[in-house]
Amino acid sequence: MYQTSDIKKGLKFKMDGSPWNVVEFQFVKPGKGTAFTRTKMKNLLTGQVVERNFRTGETFEPVDVETRSAQFMYQEGEHFFFMDGESYEQFPVGETAMGENAKWLVDNMECQILFYEGRAITVDVPNFVELEITYCEPAVKGDTANNATKLATLSTGATVLVPLFVEQNTVIRIDTRTGEYQGRVNK
Amino acid sequence: MLAATAGELTLLVDGRVLRISEVAGAHRVGDLVALRPLDAGGWAAEIVFRHPSGDYPAPGSDGMAFARGRFDALRRRAELLDRTRAWFRDAGFLEVETPLLVESPGTEVHLDPVPARLTPRPGAAPEPRWLITSPELHMKRLLAAGSPPIFQLARVFRDGERGYRHRPEFTMLEWYRPWAGYEALMEDCEGWIRTLAGSDRLVYQGRAIDLTPPWPRLRFFDALRERADVVEPERLDPDQQLMAFVDRVERTLGVDRPEFLIEWPITMASLARRAPHDPRVAERFELFIAELELGNAFGELTDAAEQRERCVSENAERREQGRPELPLDEAFLGALTDGMPPSAGIAVGIDRVIMLLTDAASIDEVVAF
Repeated sequence: MYQTSDIKKGLKFKMDGSPWNVVEFQFVKPGKGTAFTRTKMKNLLTGQVVERNFRTGETFEPVDVETRSAQFMYQEGEHFFFMDGESYEQFPVGETAMGENAKWLVDNMECQILFYEGRAITVDVPNFVELEITYCEPAVKGDTANNATKLATLSTGATVLVPLFVEQNTVIRIDTRTGEYQGRVNK
Repeated sequence: MLAATAGELTLLVDGRVLRISEVAGAHRVGDLVALRPLDAGGWAAEIVFRHPSGDYPAPGSDGMAFARGRFDALRRRAELLDRTRAWFRDAGFLEVETPLLVESPGTEVHLDPVPARLTPRPGAAPEPRWLITSPELHMKRLLAAGSPPIFQLARVFRDGERGYRHRPEFTMLEWYRPWAGYEALMEDCEGWIRTLAGSDRLVYQGRAIDLTPPWPRLRFFDALRERADVVEPERLDPDQQLMAFVDRVERTLGVDRPEFLIEWPITMASLARRAPHDPRVAERFELFIAELELGNAFGELTDAAEQRERCVSENAERREQGRPELPLDEAFLGALTDGMPPSAGIAVGIDRVIMLLTDAASIDEVVAF
């Protein structure tokens, strides 16, 4: 069992039938009363973030979660197939668990997959990916100074905003957490 | 003429090898970060200093700015403490100092004092002592002895309390007014903090706060009704009242303007006297600015018999919770028996006031170590 005093960023525990991950926490002791740990936590199944105040001495169930490194192999219908980096075992991940990150997937991409009670529930792709622009409007010369942007479609089908000077067929670097253009990659 | 760029120049200063690293970006203690010619000829060197707390500047950051920033924070702290002392002296308060090492640290249920040992005479057996959690009991003994209004800046200790706004050792500003009600303390807070701020507008962590007095006074039960949607907060048990407060009220306090949360339930005010107009509440208020809980004030309980009863029942609650019982402060209770004038007193966490006035997110930013 965990106790309130074990709460720290990244602690995973089970409550109300769901697995939770601590995002932020703060010691509070309002009104000279009992001490609490004000905790911002994320439901690992739904992604919902809630704030709860835990009293000193409360206990939590540990949760059966495990992160595995795996390579993306291929997609078949609603299923994304990955290969475990250690056991070479292949397994499917459903669309819900894959979520928005599906749009960054390329073959052999190394992903971190979180399993809850043996089931894949979220897939983290690398923070930065390099992808080729398959379509965008022609570059505008001499327009490197201002912040104007245009829409670009990438090889995976994802669309991102890029500066006007960027050409089609350029490989660019993107932050997958924000979906923002980071720069051109010289290849 | 000496011309150098980063990484190219190494020189010996006071027997230490220094090198230019500004461009290289990774500053360590003793690294030279800038070298500039002096009008009189020769060169001035700027070297990264280590902050006394042991922190280093982040790699790639401006090392000198880091060192300067930490000392600027300490300088601002010293100034605010100076101006606080000046404000209280000008308002007719006497500055006092009372013991930190005591035989009875008070019986407050939710405070854990830090234990100490003292050998009272050469060769005597060591005796248990405690570090104070607040200088309250001794300051009230001064009031019972006929003191004028008094204030103190004291180090206090609370075991197990650590967070962005808590440190187990911190500085408390306490002040007491004999022959006054706790309303007078609210006016003190308004006058003193506005003087420190130097204006009626303050920005803390990106939010503007209007300090124009009078600051709103909000009753505890009204806060539960209005901000936590509790229909009859008076009928909840003390535990539920506290939970509703923590979950739904506390984070709304002092957001745009400072707020005094007044008239707390009698169960949450061990050293405060009952409000004459409502026996369910006590003359207690807390001051909140920008969600920061800055101070706690009481219309002081001066009835010796009732005070003794409350200490005994607090000790009973401590026992139930598996916390050590603490010795009653007989000298304090004796002083109440002899007679203490009706008084009002407040304890303010001065480190948090400094956080507020210097826009610091964490208490660690406003102390040296």
